[in-house]
Parts: sequence; C-alpha cells; structure tokens
Amino acid sequence: MTALDFQALAPHLTLTGGLMVVLLAVSFWRGHRTAFALTLLSFVAAFVALWPGLDAGPREVTPLLMLDAYAAFFNGLFILIGAVTALLARRYLEGRAGSPEEFYLLLLMATLGAMTLASAQHFAALLLGLEILSISLYAMVAYPEEDHPPLEAALKYLVLSGVGSTIMLFGMALIYHSTGALGFAEFAASVATGDRADLWLVAGQVLFIIGIAFKLSLIPFHMWTPDVYQGAPAPVTGYLATVSKAAVFAVLLRFALDAQLLEFSSMAQLSIGLVLAIIAVLSMVIGNVLALLQDSIKRLLAYSSIAHVGYLMIALLVLNALPDGTMAVETTLVFLAGYLAMTLSAFAVVSELSSAAAGERDSIGEYAGLFWRRPVLAAVLTAALLSLAGIPLTAGFIAKFYLFAAGVEGALWGLLWALILGSALSIYYYLKIVFAMTVRGTDVPAVPTSAAGVATAAVLGLVVLALGIYPAPLIDWAGDIAQGLQRLP
Amino acid sequence: MQLLGLVLLLLGGGALAAASERLHRNAPRWLALGVIAVAGLYLLTIPIGTEEQAAWIPRFGINLILAMDGLSFAMVALTLFLGLIAIVSSWSEIDESPGFFQFNLLWTLAGVVGVFTALDLFLFFVFWEVMLVPMYFLIAIWGHEARAYAAMKFFLFTQISGLLMLFAILTLVYLHYDTSGVITFAYVDLLGAELDPSYAFLLMLGFFVAFVVKLPGVPFHTWLPDAHTQAPTAGSVILAGILLKTGAYGLLRFVVPLFPEAALDFRWPAMFLGAASVIYGGYLAFSQSDFKRLVAYSSISHMGFVLLGVFAWNTVAVQGAVVQMVAHGFSTAALFMMAGALQQRLHTREMGQMGGLWLKAPRMGAVALFFVVASLGMPGLGNFVGEFMVLIGAFQVDVPLTIAAAIGIIVAAVYALSLMQRSFQGEPNAAVETMADFGFRELSVMILMMAALVWLGIYPETLLNLSAPVVSGLGVDP
Repeated sequence: MTALDFQALAPHLTLTGGLMVVLLAVSFWRGHRTAFALTLLSFVAAFVALWPGLDAGPREVTPLLMLDAYAAFFNGLFILIGAVTALLARRYLEGRAGSPEEFYLLLLMATLGAMTLASAQHFAALLLGLEILSISLYAMVAYPEEDHPPLEAALKYLVLSGVGSTIMLFGMALIYHSTGALGFAEFAASVATGDRADLWLVAGQVLFIIGIAFKLSLIPFHMWTPDVYQGAPAPVTGYLATVSKAAVFAVLLRFALDAQLLEFSSMAQLSIGLVLAIIAVLSMVIGNVLALLQDSIKRLLAYSSIAHVGYLMIALLVLNALPDGTMAVETTLVFLAGYLAMTLSAFAVVSELSSAAAGERDSIGEYAGLFWRRPVLAAVLTAALLSLAGIPLTAGFIAKFYLFAAGVEGALWGLLWALILGSALSIYYYLKIVFAMTVRGTDVPAVPTSAAGVATAAVLGLVVLALGIYPAPLIDWAGDIAQGLQRLP
Repeated sequence: MQLLGLVLLLLGGGALAAASERLHRNAPRWLALGVIAVAGLYLLTIPIGTEEQAAWIPRFGINLILAMDGLSFAMVALTLFLGLIAIVSSWSEIDESPGFFQFNLLWTLAGVVGVFTALDLFLFFVFWEVMLVPMYFLIAIWGHEARAYAAMKFFLFTQISGLLMLFAILTLVYLHYDTSGVITFAYVDLLGAELDPSYAFLLMLGFFVAFVVKLPGVPFHTWLPDAHTQAPTAGSVILAGILLKTGAYGLLRFVVPLFPEAALDFRWPAMFLGAASVIYGGYLAFSQSDFKRLVAYSSISHMGFVLLGVFAWNTVAVQGAVVQMVAHGFSTAALFMMAGALQQRLHTREMGQMGGLWLKAPRMGAVALFFVVASLGMPGLGNFVGEFMVLIGAFQVDVPLTIAAAIGIIVAAVYALSLMQRSFQGEPNAAVETMADFGFRELSVMILMMAALVWLGIYPETLLNLSAPVVSGLGVDP
C-alpha cells in the first residue's frame, strides 16, 4: 500500500481511529457526555477527511475496495446520518439504558460497515461490510436493556438477517464455483468469455439476489421488517431504515454495473431481470396496501420503506434499456439522498416525542393535535410525510420525478404503472397522520423534548424542502458521479 | 421577474400573516387583506404579454418560465378579487389559529396564480400540486363536521389524476426528445412536438382526466359536493370561484394547443360529458336539502357548459366558456358566502330549518335573489352571456347535445328558484326568532360582486377583448 492508498482511505481510517478513542475513553472514564462528544467529533473528523480522500482520486485500494466519488457520496451521507443518530440517541437513551456509552461504539462501527459496503467491489468486502453493519445493528436494536420489545426485535432480526446472509453466501459460493472469480469486474470478464447460461452461475446469482432482497426487505422477503422497525428504539429504526438500506443498494448497483447483471444475452439472464421486476412490483403494490392497514407509525413507515425500495428498483432495472449506467446511477443517488432525508426526518420526530417515562410514541392516535402542541415537530413530520407522498417542492417529489424520467426513458411501462398505483395508495396513509396532527382538543400528555433534538429535526425538515425547491446542485453532482462511473459499452 | 414577484409576494405575505398572530389576533386578517390589495395593484402594473424566464433545473431543461396573456390576466385578476372576498367573508368566522388560516389562504392563491401564469410544464405541475396542500389544510382544520372524509377525498382525487398528468408530461417530453434531441419542458417548444397519433391520444387523455377531475365533469365529480360543503366559507369561495377554473384553464391552455388533432378526435365524448354534467349536476342539485350542497351541485352543472364550450371548437363557444368561467366565479362565490352567512347565524345548512327568512333579513333576501337569478341565467347578467354563447357555438356542431344542455338551463331555473323558496320565502320557520341582517362588511362585498356580474352581462366586451387574441391563437375555427 502506498501513501496515496492511505489518503484514499482517510475517511475509513479516521472513523476507525475515532472508534478506538471512544473505546478507550469509555473503558477508563465512563460518562455519557464524553462518549457522545467524542463520537460526534469522530463523525465530524471523518466527514472532513472525505476531501483528502476524494483528492486521491478514484483509486482501487487492494482488490477489495474502490474509493471513488460514488463511494464518497454515500460515505458522506452515512457519516451525516450517523451524527444525526447520535444526536437523537443522546436524549432517548437517558433513563432507558443503564450504560449508554457503548451504544456509540456500535453506532460508529455500523457506520464503518456501511462505508465499506459503499466502496466494495469484491464479494469478500461485500460480506465484510455487511456483517460489520448487521452485527452492530443487532446489538443497537436490543440496546435499551429495560424493555422487552427491543429484545424480541433484535432476536428476530438476528435470525432472519442471518438466514439472508447465509443464502447470499451460498450464492457467492456457487458463483465462485462456476467462474472462479470473487471480484465484480473479474466476474464479468469470466462470464463474458464463458457460458452465461451455466446453471450453477444462474442459481448463484439468484441466491445472491435473494440474500440482497432480504437485506433490502423487498417483498416476499420482508417479513422481519415491520416487527423489527416497531420493536427497535426509534433512533435505531431511523438508522436501520436509512443507512442499512442505502448501503446495501449502493453495493447492489455497483455489482449490477460492474458485473453487467442486467445485460440479457440469454434466457437465463432474462429470468434474473424478470425476477427483479416482479419483486419490485410486489414491493410497490403490496407494501403500500399493507401500510394502509397500520395504526402504528413505525410499522407504517416500515411498509412505506418497503414500497420505497421497490420504487428504487426502477433505477436498477433501467440498466437493461440504458446499459451505460449514467441514468441508473444518477437516479439512485438523487432518490436515495431524498429518501434518506425524508425518512430520517420522520424518525427524528418519532424519536424526539418518545420519552423514558411515556415510552415510544408509536400509535397514530398519540399524534393527535401535535400541530397545536409542538408546531415545529409537527411541521417537520408534515414535510417528511408529504415528501414521502411525493408532493412537489419536497425532496420526495424530485426523487419520484427522477424515477418517472428514468422509467420513461427506459420504457419500463409496467413498473411505472405500479409506481403510480403505489403512490396513489400511499397518499391515503400519509395524509391520515397529517390529519391526525390537525385535530383539536386532545389530551395527549406533552413530553419534554431537547433543544438539540428539535433543532436536528428542524434542520432535516429544511433539507427535505431545500432539496425539493432547488435540486439543481444535487442533480449536477449526481450527474458528475455517474459520468465518472460510466462504463464503455 | 414581475410575475414571479407576484407569486413570492403572496407566499411571503402568507408567512408573515402566520407569524403576526403572536402580535394580535386580528393582525393576520388585516395583513392578508393588505397583501392581496398590494398584489392587486401590482398586477395592474404588469403589462399583458410579459414573459420571463430563469434557469431552474438545467439537467432536464426545466426553467422558471412565467408569462401573462389576456386569458392569464383575466384569471389572475379573478383570483385576487375572489381572494379578497374570501378574506372578508371569513372575517368573523375563523377564530382558531387565524394566522395559519390566512397562511393557507394566501399560499393557495399563490399556487393558483402560478398555475395561471406558468409556461413550463414542470413548473405548471408544481404549482398545480402546491395549491392542493394548503387547500387540504383549509378543509381539514377549519371545515365542518365531515371534514376528514371530505379533505381526504379532495386530495386523493386531484393527486391521483395529477400523477397521470405527470406521467403524460414526462412521456411528452421524452417523445419530443426522441425526435428533436432537445430535452425541455418549455410549453412553447413542446407545442411543436411531432407525435404519433396513437401516443398523442393517450397523452391527451392523461391531461384531460386531470383537468376534468378539477373542473369537475361527470363522472369525476364526486369529490366536489363533499369538499365544497365541508370547507369553511372562504375555502368554498376559493374552491368554487378559482380552483375549478384551473381545470378549465388547463383544457384551454394545454389540451387543445398541445394535442389539437387528438382533442378534436375526442370532441364528441368530451361534449357529451359536458352536456351530461349540465343535466346531471342540475338534477342532483334539485334533490338536495342542504343549502351549501345544492350550490355545490349547481357548480357541476355550470362547469359542464365550460367543457361543452371548449370542445365545441369554435370561437364563439370558447369565448362563451371564458365568460362562463368568470361569471360562475362571482355568482357561486356569492352563493357560498350566503350559505356561510346563514350557517353562522342559524348554525344549520338544512333548508328545512329555514323558510321566510326574507322577513327577518330583507337585505340578505334581496342579495340572495339577485345571485339566484344570476345563477339560473337571467339575461343581463354574466352567466347568461356565457351560457348563451356556448349554446350558439355548440349548436353549429351538435344539435342534440345543445338541446340537452339548453334543457339544463330549465333545470337550473327549477333548482335555483326552489332554493330561494325554501330558504327565504314561504312560511316563516317558527324556530328562527331573529336573525341579524347583512352588515356593512358583507353587503359591500356582495355589491362589488353584483356590479361585476352586471358589467359582465351588459358589456362582456371587456373580458372578450382580453381573451380574443388567446382564443384566436388556438386555431379552433375550421
């Protein structure tokens, strides 16, 4: 490894360093405030280190990692979300966890795993990143030791996510068996010269995709999602819904690009595309239908996240019609930036309204009259929900607009009709919450909130609006990254 | 950037009004009134023919293109005028959160002004959707007993039809991109798009459905009676007076010019829907016992003439549709104000609990009579001019449908007069002992609207001259 390699790895290394510092600090000098401050500092330092990392240029560090602008985009988002989660967790954990310090270690570790995924270009790195992320998340879900639901959620998550990983690992083994390759690009090269219709290869790819679908909670591999979302502490649910989804999708898209997953030269390859399309349509439609039936806001957001990942599959499937990948990458980046901002703002409000004494504010009834009690938080939640519903001037509209543009350009008419149907259904349940917040004369007891938490939520809400009102910088940036990744046809 | 300034003035005014609630309970009202007045004066300084452009999202060729021709000017002027009326009419009705109320009112108006002036399809769509959200809040927060249902239905109908329109807009843009190699959402560029007829027809339907839901035309009308009845008075005034016109405006501005051949092919079904709306709306209006609901159904009937006029495809009929849009704005807004005033005084909208009110409140009775006869198409008032021109134009195209629509005018006389009889005339209702008559505030806005309708009835040239260049530019005459 050269100095330039280390420079390219700067964000990862900084975060690892921060992790060590926090570990040592909480071992010798326990204190919630110290652990929190050091964590925040680590995130800030890692964020700053993104620039020297970018200056090292797109760089392959060992065959495992590719540190380019695409990875940096995601790394930046993950670091920011990690910092927001720390801000939200601080008040949340007080009084609920006996020793909250180790939570921050797990948070830093999970973020490191997600960053590894965003830069993985090899099955080994993929598995490594995924497991670092998942194992940290199991513990984070179970963290508030005094409650029963988190424990149940963690166990469910552990078992089902473990199954997903196993299936994926088996798929990787079959792929290795038939191609002898573990790097994404070598895999493509070996497939190009060999037999694409090899049964082991197709089976391996299908198993790999099923494993990924587990992690992305696409229907029919979604069963764990609502329970885990509901049982997990609200700040962790927010992290789970954003970082773990985006990181897995980031690596899936890189794999599809490098390995030419969706270039159909044979019936077997075509069937992979068909499976993905069916999974996408099912997620869009069934995810939204099930969300209609929910009274728990966290379960509702769980189904809505299933539907949103279903929408995002359009960006992946567009690779078939537009194989140079620019549209797919651009759409993914813009969509995910919007999705992360709006989902995180919704969970920020849920988390801020929860308290150790009153527990989680989970049922929609408890949001009645929020406009008149907590206007700022209600406004943020309204912005987030309208954005999830895809109303203009919010990030969610730009995200959906991009999907429409990509779908129309790639002529994916069936998927677009599913998108329209799903969005139409979704308006009902998002508005149901907005309406509940406008009801007057309710006697839901007020909870104490922290200025930092409310400010975090407000900033997130403003980001949702800013991305919707003036998306040009984000779009240009995403366009540049997509050009950089462009593969010669 | 004058037109953008107008929109921003309303948006900024709304934000200020919301904030001013902390100073004094009445501050938002006065502030909103002031903002509308300033906006009205500002509008007069903007010359017709103004066009302005600024970059927004270059990646997709999306620009902030706003322009104002005669039709846009007439519609924006109507919007601001009825906005003023809405604020005055809700002066004493809204006690809870007056700041947020005026905020929503002004933001709705800003969205509508944007819809009437945007000449970039993306921008148009943004305004189209943005006017919904504050309107939703107006109904959901300050509405009557069944507001949850009504607000949700209103939002779902317009939003879902809006998604179809977005789909159609994007497909149009990409079809244009395929032939020209330029990606753009600018209306003027897309006018020249060469479309395959079968695609053009589907795209036209996407736009048509979105606009006819808003208009509303049968069979997409079912949201209207609920939304109009449940909304607070100011909300009903804006819904009926302005929001319905955005649908009609969309037909004139987008459906006809963008897809002339496809729209002409669709002429008979569209005219049929128009005539059906006239008769069916009138029939349903007659069977209502709720004052406000009756007026709501009468809107469906009146807007049916607009649909008929636009698709009759000749200058007389289209001009008639424009007059009908404006005249209906005044007459229906006034009747909704009347309904609101009655509800505030009697705490009911049921006509069974009214009767003989003229004795208690003669000024209200006289005003109601004026607008009822305006609504049934009395010659000399604006509505007559509009309906008559539409019928003349439609007669040259399709005699049976014109006869059917003309019968609708008789139906209008039946429901309008029965409205008058059941509420203000007949046996005085014993339960109503006293009722306050119109005061200066209410009477003055009513007189303003009466004057507007009389002017429109006697000298419609003022409006016709404004819209004539636009209508002749449509190229609808054979």
